[in-house]
Formats: sequence, C-alpha cells, structure tokens
Amino acid sequence: MESDCLHIYIDYLGSSGIILSSEEKAALQTSLIILQNENKFYRVYFWGKILGVKDNYFIAQGVYKDEFAGRRTFYSKDCIHWGLLPHATLEMKTKSKLAKGRFTGDPSYEFEHVETRKIGDGEEATEEEETTIIKEEERLSSVIAEIDDDVRIIPRGAFIQVPTAEVVKNRSFEGLSVQESAKLCNYMHFREAKRLDLKSLLQRANMDKAIDFMDSIEDDVPRGSWTMQFERGSGLLILRSLQWPGYVFYHVPASQKYGSCYFGTGEKNMDLPFML
Amino acid sequence: MTDIEHEFPGYNDKNKEFQKAKAYLLQSSTATGLNVYDHLSRVLGKILDERPDNVVDIFEDISKDCKRTKFTSDVDTIQDKVDRSTEVALAQIQRKLFTRVGEDGEEEVAQDEDVETPLPNLMELCFFFEQAAIGLNREEVVRIWLAMKNLVDNHPLQHVRFWGKILGTEQNYYVAEVEYREGDEEEDEEEEAKEAKEEDKDIDKDAGEEGEDEETEEDDIPKPDFKSPPVVPKEENRTGANKKTYFVCNDPGKPWVKLPMVSPNQISAARQIKKYFTGRLDAPVVSYPPFPGNEANYLRSQIARISAGTHISPSGFYQFDEEEEEEEEGEGGRDHFVENIDFEGIPVRELADPSLSNWVHHVQHILPQGRCSWWNPVQKAEEDFEEDEEEEEREEPDEPEPEVGPPLLTPIAEDEEVGGMPAWTPTLSSQLISQFSVAVMHSNLWPGAHAFAIDKKFENIYIGYGHKYKPENYTPPNPPPIQEEFPSGPEITEADDPTPEEEAALRAAQQEAAEAEEMEEPEGDDDEDD
Repeated sequence: MESDCLHIYIDYLGSSGIILSSEEKAALQTSLIILQNENKFYRVYFWGKILGVKDNYFIAQGVYKDEFAGRRTFYSKDCIHWGLLPHATLEMKTKSKLAKGRFTGDPSYEFEHVETRKIGDGEEATEEEETTIIKEEERLSSVIAEIDDDVRIIPRGAFIQVPTAEVVKNRSFEGLSVQESAKLCNYMHFREAKRLDLKSLLQRANMDKAIDFMDSIEDDVPRGSWTMQFERGSGLLILRSLQWPGYVFYHVPASQKYGSCYFGTGEKNMDLPFML
Repeated sequence: MTDIEHEFPGYNDKNKEFQKAKAYLLQSSTATGLNVYDHLSRVLGKILDERPDNVVDIFEDISKDCKRTKFTSDVDTIQDKVDRSTEVALAQIQRKLFTRVGEDGEEEVAQDEDVETPLPNLMELCFFFEQAAIGLNREEVVRIWLAMKNLVDNHPLQHVRFWGKILGTEQNYYVAEVEYREGDEEEDEEEEAKEAKEEDKDIDKDAGEEGEDEETEEDDIPKPDFKSPPVVPKEENRTGANKKTYFVCNDPGKPWVKLPMVSPNQISAARQIKKYFTGRLDAPVVSYPPFPGNEANYLRSQIARISAGTHISPSGFYQFDEEEEEEEEGEGGRDHFVENIDFEGIPVRELADPSLSNWVHHVQHILPQGRCSWWNPVQKAEEDFEEDEEEEEREEPDEPEPEVGPPLLTPIAEDEEVGGMPAWTPTLSSQLISQFSVAVMHSNLWPGAHAFAIDKKFENIYIGYGHKYKPENYTPPNPPPIQEEFPSGPEITEADDPTPEEEAALRAAQQEAAEAEEMEEPEGDDDEDD
C-alpha cells in the first residue's frame, strides 16, 4: 500500500481486522516521508506488519523508478526507526524454512534447528547432530521475500512494462469494472513471470506485451487459495490469500484505488489442502 | 508460406501488428458508441470534401464539429434502466438500520430512552480496541451496533455483546453473544426444543436401526458384539458450553440467525478437523473424521472452544457468589459467579505485566469429553470404552478419571505454553504516552483473540478464521484399525475338489461298505430272534 495515502486507504482493509492505531498512523506518516527522502526513493510502500510473540515488526518497502529491480525492505518496531533488511539470498530462504514457530520480536534472536544424520552403513552407523542457526533478521527478510513472491498481486493493467524493460505504474489505469474485478484472471502476481512460458501459443497470442508480462493468479495451486469477497455490495473487492493468511488485497472497482497489506504471523499455511 | 513473406521477411508480424492496431481503433466507446477509426475517416473525408485553408490549425474544431453533427438519441436505454447491482441491494437493506424505531409516533422514542437496555456501548469499546490496532472499521462497527440494537428490540435479552467476526471464504460471520432474560426465553426455546428432540430421535433411530432390522428377519444372522459408544449428552441450556446463546449474520442489516446448541461430540469432532468456513450456515462440513452436523454446528463448536480458551477478565472483576458456594462445593466445579461490586480496577501497568497473574478466565474450560462438567459414561457402558475415548481425545492434557479442568476464574498464568511460547502476549497500547494507554492481551493459542482492560472496563473480541494455533502442521487422525478376521479353522478352510477318480473310488468304497452291511444284517436279525 502506498505510503502517501496510507491513513485513508488502510480503512479499506478494516473489515478483515487490519487496523492501525492512530498513534501508528501518525508515526508512519512522519517516518515514511523521512525514509523516502533519505533514500531518494520514488515511492515508499507500507508493506504490513509481522506479529511476533513479544513485539511486532512493521515493514516498509522503497522502490526506485523500476518497481521490480532495486526494491528495498525496511523494518521497524516502533514505526519511527527503520532498519534495512538484508537481501534474501537463496541460502537464507532455504535455511529460514527450517525455523519453526512464531517470530519473537527480537531481530537478533537465533533459531536453532538440530538435524540428526546417520553417517556410515550398517552397524558402524553413528548419528551426528548438525545445528543450523537462523537469525531472526534473516528469517524475516526471507519470509517477506517469499510472501512477495507467492501472493503479492496487482490488478491487470495497473503496471506496464516499458520498452526498456522497466516496470512502471500505468498512468491510464482506470480500474477494473465490477464484472471484470470478479474474475481471478484479472489479477497478476507482481513478480517476474514464471509460468508464462507454460501457456499455449493460442493463449499467448491474445496477450498484450506491455500488460501481460506477469502470471495471473487464476492458475495458482491449490485452486481456492484465494477468497474473493465483495464488501458493501460491490463497492469494494477484497481478495484474501489462504496460503499466507493475513495477506489482504483490496480494489475499488472502476477506480485507481488498489493495494494490499500483510498483517500476520509470518507463517505459511501448510494445512491448506486439508482446510478447503 | 506465401510469396509475399519470402520477399518481405517479417511481413506476417507486421500484418499482425496492423490487425491489432486496427482492432484497437475500432473499439467503440461504451459511453457514446463512437470509435476512433470511423471518426477519423469521417473527419478526413470532411476535410477532403471541403478543403479548408490551414487545416491543421482547425483540425480539432472539425473533429468536434463532426461529433456534434452526428445524430445521437437523447434517451439512453441502458442508463435509464434501474440499476439493481448488489451494492444498491445491500444499501437498501442497511438503510432500514438507520431509520428510527418510533418514526411514526414520537412516544416510543421517549420510552426507549428511559428503559435500561442491554446494548453495550460498542463504539467506546471499539475506541479502546482501536488504540491497540485491533478491531474493525468504525463505520462497520456502527452498522454492527445498529444491527445489535435490532436484535435487542426483537428478543427478550438480558445481556448482549459483540463476540467478534469470523472470516469465511465466501462470506463472513458477525457473531453476537446473548443471554435471554430469565423466563422469557421459553417462547424462543420451545421451537428449538422441538427441533432438538427430533434430532435426538434421529440419533436414537440411527443407533437402534440396525438392531431392529435384524430382529424382523427370520434367519438368525449373527449379531456383532460391537456396541456403539454411548452418546455423551448435551449440556443443558444456560450451563457449561451452552451457557450463552449466539446469533450470527453475514452482513449487518441482514437477519440474525440463532445458532443451535452445541453437543459434546461436535466439540470433539471439531477438535480433530481444521476447515475454513464458507459463510453459508447450511454448507456441509466435508472432513475426516466426519463432522456431525453442518457448518452452523461447526461454527457453534468453534465459538464454544474460542470462548472457553480466550475469554478473560481482570482478576477480581468477577467473584463467586458466596451464598451458592456452599451448596455447590460438593460437586467440585462451580459455574456461577457474580460481578464484584467493590472492584476497584487494576493499574494498567500491572495488567500488562508479563507474569499474567492479573487476568482470569471467566468461561469454563471444556473437558476432553466435550462438556464443561464431567459426565460419567460408566453408568451406561463398560469401562473399557472410556479408555478408548480418552485415547482419541488427547488433544487436551491427560486428565485422570473423572476429567477435571481448571476451575473458573483461574489466572491465565496457568495456561499451557503453545509450542514454547506463552499463551498470551501482554502489551500496552502506547509506549509514548503510557499513562493513558490501555492494557491489551493477544492470545497466541487462538490468533485473532484479544482482550483489553482499563479501569473497570474490559472486553474480549475475536477476529479471524476461527482456527487454533498449532506449532506442528495439521495431520488428520489415522483411519481406525482394520477389523479382525474370523479365526481360521478346519471348518472354513478351503479344500481341493475331488477328481473323478477319487469320486469313483469313494463311491466304490461306499458300495462295498453297504454290501458288507447287508451281508451282516441277516446275522443280526438272527441274533434278535434269539
């Protein structure tokens, strides 16, 4: 959710229990401006909040001209002081999947994961314990990267890829009509396309290269991992991810208002196939 | 491949681009029905016909002129049609909430103000929750408030509170927790009691059906030794898990639906499954192990479990009624408490202390059996069944027989840890201006359950999907063990069929034996004669 209208647009997510207290709103209004200014960002997004056992993390992301490249993530515990999170590498992501349980709220906390491995064959086999240490800060960074990768979505046409391959906001995006907004195929994963090559030539023939450069969420597995609801009749569309419970996207049909936030524990819902 | 493509490589691509561009230009506007292609050709045609000087300077005017002179009807058949979109429909429903009750006669309004109403000051509670970044939109809360006012007007209620909101996949549930006024509930209850009786009958029928069918048949079919476990009886209204009654609706303004009473087997089944709510009360719950009932029952059992786990109050706000205490002490569990009039309020700092000793549960713990007060199944069935049951329901800590849970008003400090973390996280709503902040508790066992307290005010709320937090991933229970086979013996062992030779040999042997008998018989006769 863009930071400049955060205090207004956050209301659209209130029906899902996503609320910021007035104090937080006021603090964010102040600190995000400074964050944007100090880092010379084009735009700053309020990304959401990760609930820890003792404390919570507020997350913000800053982007330069290209929305994909050079996106940087910051965290804060008091909405005022922002710290830069390390870029999530592949190694960090695999390691952080080993960490179990909720975030504690202390970025320097270390999760330990003990794995016993058998060395040797038959009777000579000995068990060896291998301890992996995962720092909470790294886990935070990789969970955010994973959520971005899995569920961050935008309405189709809200962003375009310009001929220089940069991804920028579409100035002439007018919003989806009510009928269009009820279709999952009109929402795209806001990430580099992964599944576009799997589409048949026939399907790709109708695509607009400037707009359809991302995957639509229609083909997400498992089917039903998104719930779509119209609030206030058809005045507000809410898309919630069940894969990452807490990720909520809103769009006011036929307007430029759209955005999303994650307010959750930072744990992926592995039980989803049983729950549908 | 056509010749033209040989000559100009890339012709096909260009052709395609051209087609696309033309198709785009031909798209007609939804507002006026014009399209760029036709409009441009008309404008260019006009220019070529009239050939004005410096045409580029007046191009816009010509374009405008062209548009103006085109005949269009003033009547828009589509726009004049009545729009009955869902948005309008919902607004029509909710408008009723905002009309005053006594709009036809002023007297009623005056009366309303005098009568003490059980309606809580929801906006004030919302204000406190909002300081802790919990809750819903203010507009939504006002709508819920009005809807609850409706509920109060239409039912004889003694106590009402907003329980929370449960998110579903298609629709959401707003839940109101009510208590009927003493004696007034009968009217409402009668209907329900009838239904309940029918349900019970159904269950009995199911249990008895097999036996009856067999008796009528002539053949003596062996009857199974298995006796179905006794059904743990439902708790009476106003006691235990059925202490409160719950109403739900999908949108404020839509009718409130009363949830059925919860039965112990529903609670134990709900403990074993994890399903998303759809938002339709009559939706079936497709799960393993099968859930007895539909989504309304599942919702009701989750509400009972959440209430039992997360409804907390500052210690000292409630106290046991001293008069009743003596009577009930013999039974062990006390289930009545009254508001402590002398309660002074606990300082916010102490409430937010991580020791958690200043908060107590004020809803009875639900035993593994699915009831709040233990029911002894031994009076009906053998003891070995009881053991089975306990094994199945080992979600809660092991408890000796009879099952005993923590008593009412137990401090939450005694709650079990959840995967290594405390069951509750206390916070202050503001670190900057802490002297005016409120104490807030977040449940880690039921994410989405919160409570706040300041001075003499406190409230609990739940906003979430209605699932318990588990550090491990959900594993459905194993299917029951395979049934034992009939013990194999000689009488049921399969043997080879005899060959024709063997049959012939047997026949010969039988014949021989018969002949030998005949030979002997006369001798026998002689003996008899003697």
